This record gives sequence, structure tokens and C-alpha cells, in this order.
Amino acid sequence: MAMSAAATDGTGPATMFEKIWRRHVVVDRPDGYTLLYVDRHLLHDGSYNAFKRLEAAGMKVRRPDRAFATPDHYMPTNTRDKSAIVDPNHRRMVVGLAANAAATGVTIFDIGDSRQGIVHVVGPEQGITLPGITLVCGDSHTSTHGALGCLAFGVGSSEVTHVLATQSLWQRKPKAMRVTIDGALGFGITGKDVILAIIARIGAGGGTGHVLEYDGSGIRQLSIEGRLTLCNMSIEGGGRAGMIAPDDTTYEYIAGRPYAPKGEAWDRAMAFWRTLPSDDGATFDREVTLSGPEIAPMVTWGTSPEDAAPVTDSIPDPALAADAARRDGQARALAYMGLEPGTPISEIPVDRVFIGSCTNSRIEDLRMAAQVAKGRKAQIPSWIVPGSGLIKEQAEAEGLDQIFKDAGFEWRDAGCSMCVGMNGEIGKPGERIASTSNRNFVGRQGKGVRTHLVSPAMAAAAAVTGHFTDVRHMLKA
Amino acid sequence: MSGSETTKLIPFDRLTATAVAIDRPNVDTDQIIPARYLALPREEQVSHLFHDLRYRDDGAPREGFPLNEPTAAGAQILIAERNFACGSSREHAVTVLVDNGFRVFIAPSFGDIFNNNCFQNGALPIRLPEERIREMLDHLARRPDARITVDLDAQTVTGPDNWTQSFEIDSFRKQCLLTGSDDISLTLRHEPDIAAYERRAEAHADWL
Repeated sequence: MAMSAAATDGTGPATMFEKIWRRHVVVDRPDGYTLLYVDRHLLHDGSYNAFKRLEAAGMKVRRPDRAFATPDHYMPTNTRDKSAIVDPNHRRMVVGLAANAAATGVTIFDIGDSRQGIVHVVGPEQGITLPGITLVCGDSHTSTHGALGCLAFGVGSSEVTHVLATQSLWQRKPKAMRVTIDGALGFGITGKDVILAIIARIGAGGGTGHVLEYDGSGIRQLSIEGRLTLCNMSIEGGGRAGMIAPDDTTYEYIAGRPYAPKGEAWDRAMAFWRTLPSDDGATFDREVTLSGPEIAPMVTWGTSPEDAAPVTDSIPDPALAADAARRDGQARALAYMGLEPGTPISEIPVDRVFIGSCTNSRIEDLRMAAQVAKGRKAQIPSWIVPGSGLIKEQAEAEGLDQIFKDAGFEWRDAGCSMCVGMNGEIGKPGERIASTSNRNFVGRQGKGVRTHLVSPAMAAAAAVTGHFTDVRHMLKA
Repeated sequence: MSGSETTKLIPFDRLTATAVAIDRPNVDTDQIIPARYLALPREEQVSHLFHDLRYRDDGAPREGFPLNEPTAAGAQILIAERNFACGSSREHAVTVLVDNGFRVFIAPSFGDIFNNNCFQNGALPIRLPEERIREMLDHLARRPDARITVDLDAQTVTGPDNWTQSFEIDSFRKQCLLTGSDDISLTLRHEPDIAAYERRAEAHADWL
């Protein structure tokens, strides 16, 4: 029997977050701390220390059936041969994950298995991520999974050990914030543009201490891929997690995936999932609303994801900043980025393009980039790094790889690659990269590298024109 | 279950030390320790704290970066601006700070994951109002050798002119820091609760 999510509550309308939280309480302490049960736990090749700590303490993995691993951060994306990893420390991470999985009984999608990929792409793709669950991973972009209507958040390495040992975590209940996108999004506007517009509004720390629920007609129209992109960058707005209520789009996406329920279990799950959306009249600690039709293709110009502007804008002038701290911050960011105030964003030349990462490496992202690349030529080095082996295969079955290759793009294997550069795939100092990843921090894509965050369509447009271009004109053409 | 006696953390109660100020908002954990050092053994990460802000391309210390000032030697308190240590969940951001002697971080706000990671490593993140941080930074600019006292039990930060500011902390986290107990040993005492939860939950959601 599926229990109503709010069955333990007798006190009126609840948010989706509240319903999922309550359902996972193991122990509530009087001091406000909760031991929260973790339904599913994702691991990657950066989880080395967490396993090492567990072993050193002589502890076992409590629920290996609830943990799933895949190497993504340290694996190069130009080879599938682990022995080809040059740096011994990197190789230790990738090889170590397989050894740890084998020793503990944790399921692994290893290199050579087409299910391998970026952990936040693999979870939803395999049906491991499901509505109503709690899911954690030792990676800040775990917020991605909330797109399917679950509570998913990133944790540190010690907390990974804790989850391995106890399948639970001590948490203080975050606050809830609703971000409403009111009205339909314009032509060519993607989940990436929406989240960059949100972060520009609330600031990089705007969601700190909150779980963000996205709602409104502008959200409902998004595909699951678009929703995953949106929730992925919740952390860039400071959010503990991001979530979107499940609907028919969600159920269609989940149905038939390997780890999703089937048959009668599916019916029981559906009955529960339909109780998850926030009740009418549920109150949020904070509400923010953006107008959907007003969101334009976004480009970041600085060194924080909050430094984002429509492609039709110009680089801001620090002299006009609200206060001295902001003025200094903007000036420092523009100095690093090598940009002058007042320069139209569409006139900024780009040196390199990276299409990939847990933010934007899914099939829809590749389709949109291919639509722009088709029949055109990349003017600058441009990489496509699919989010998983399965996405790579699907793209090849659809002929997308050929479109990219014909346009001079490099077609690579699945992994985090140049989003974080841990595997050594980085840009050159001073290089300006149009990137579909999630962080434009100083040095994120290599020392001295200047990162501009954009959608896959905008990245492809930059690739074929050599500068930022309002992709809406190219999609219409 | 074996291993319930896990590593004890060094208890934290009271600290009097000098402080270093990182005077800019949104300092992300990529700045605290760049990704290229994360695969190194912990002991080799120590020298890479704030690496790219701290050192020039030729490896020489960058003049003007607070950690390169002579007064930074021995500092155990770091004062920062809003949204300190946002971004990546890398726990190395805490451990590299701890291994460089820092036990207390004071800022108007922290990245949530960094905040949690601090408590896993015996470090204390303190949130103070922006105006108070501004005053502390101004004071520190005039007197970089000023000693600050952090008293966890009393929940106060006291400056050299005897100004005192109280701070909030979850009593759960406070007790863990004061006793140096780690989460896992506490949780293992709740093993029967976890097992009972699992029986309950699996009856309701048998598809997981």
C-alpha cells in the first residue's frame, strides 16, 4: 500500500519538500537535528577518501543495494583505457572506485560499460533517481536529481562515509523557497537561461539554507532534460537542493528505466508520487517570481554565476555598482575576464567551446547544439562531451555525431572533462571559453582561463561564429 | 557493530589567536584549493591553500595577499565576507585550512556544504552580521596583530578592545565540537531506530 506522503501530518497544507522530509525522519532530536534516511546514494571516483575512511574504521557498507557508483571526474574523455591515465594519483581514483565497489558490493557502471557517465546524468537515466526519495552524493551538483521530484543534495566526504556506514545523515531542516517562472518561455530559451536568470536575480548566496522549489508555467513546459539543468545549478544560487514537482512529463521519462518500478509496483509508486506536489496554500519561507517571457539567452561575464546578463546586453560598468564592495568585485572580475565596461556581449570573441558537464550533456542538449552546428563550421576548437555512454550511443544512432564532426567539432567520451578539469582536460591561460558547465570561477577550467556560462545552443552558436551570438536568430534561420 | 570507536576529533572549547581577513565575497572552494591538487595525499595539499590567489605563476608569493603578510603566521581565525566557501563540496577546502592551523571561520554566510564539512573536522564556522564583520575587518586593517577570543561554550567572539559579540550555533553541533565526538559514533547508537525505519519504509515503498 502506498502511504500518502502527508499521512503523518495533521496540520494542513505542506510543501513537497516538507512531505519528503517527514517521510524520511529516523530520529528527531529536541535540539532541531534530524537523522534523515537516505534512499539512494551515488558515488564517483572522487569518493576514494570516503571508502578509505570506512575501511580504516573497520566498518561495512550498510546497504550496498542502495549505492551506485560510476567514475566521471578523473577519467579522460579521449580514451576508455584506464591504464592510459598518465597521472598515477588520477589512475588510483578511477581504479580505486572499481576495487571499492567490488569489495563492498556496490553497483558500478564502470569504464567500458555504456551505462558509465557523469553521476548526475546516470542517476536519472538509469531510473535510480525517483520522485519522493532522498538521494545524496559527495558532489555539490547532486541538486540535479530534484528535477524528478525528490530531495537530493550534495554532501562532503565525511558525510559520504557516514551514509555508507549508516544509510542516514544528521541534518537540520532547511527552509523552503519557491521560485516561480510566470508565463511561457520565449522561442529558443532553455533551462540554462532560466537558471542563470534566477541566479542573477537572487545572487550566488541567495538560496543559502533553503531548498528551492521551481514552479509556474515556465517550468511546466520544460522537458526533463531542461529541468535537470535548472535544478543542477540550484547550488550556484546557494540552494541546499532544487526540486520540481513530478507531473506526466516526469512519469513518461521514468517509465521503463532499468531501476524504476515496474508492473504493480509502478502503480503503487504512481499512487504515492501523485501525492507529492506542494499542497494548495502551502507556505514557503521565501517566494521569488520571474517573468518567463522576459528571459533571454544568458551569458555570464564575471567570475560568479550571479554575474549573468542577456546576450543582448553589454558588459556592466563597475562605476555604476550599488556600493563600493560590489564595485571592487566587478572590477576584479572584469580584470580577470579581460573585459571592458560597455562592450556588447555579442562582440566578445571566444577562443574555445565546451559542450558537456552534468549541467548540459544530455541528448536534448546535443540535439539543440547539433541543430545550430548543422551545415556550419566551427571557427574555434570545440568539444562535445556526452554525459554518458548511452547518450553517446543514442546521439550516434541519430547521426548527431556526424553533424558535429562535419562541422569540425571534436566528439568525445563521457565524463566531467573540462567543467572541472580534474582529469587534466583544461584550457590555456587567458583562453576565453564558452562553456555549458556550471561554474565560471577563477581558474575553474584551468589557471587563467576565462569561462562564460551559456546554454548548449548558445555555445554552438559561439563555436560557428567565433563570438557570442543571439542563437534565436540562428534557430529561426 | 565493530568500529563504533571511530576517530575522535580534537575537542574545541576556547581559542585566542590572531586572524586573517579574506576581504571579498563569494570566495569559492576552487579558490581555497584548486581542483588540480585534490588527488594529492592530504599532507601534500597543505602548501596549496589559496594557491592561485597566493602565488604568482613563477611560484613567488603574491604581494598583498593576506596570507603572505608576516602577521598571518600563526593565525587560527579566518574572517571573510558573504557566501564564503561556496561552490564545490570538496572537503579538502576545510582540511587544507585546518592543516594550515585555522579552526574558526567568521563570515556573514557560508556555503551550506562547507558549513557542514567544518563540523566533520572539528572546525567552527561562525555567522555574524555583515556590519560586525565590516567593523572587524576595519579593525584588523589597523591592527593586524590583534588577538581575538572565540569562546564556544559562551558563544562569544571577543576583540582586543573588549567588544564582545555573541553568535548562534545549533546546540547539537556545539556539543559535538565541545566533546570532539563525530557523527558516526553517535549514529551507530541509533542502529535500532534505523533498522525499524527500514522495516517501516520498505513496507510502504517496496519499489526501492
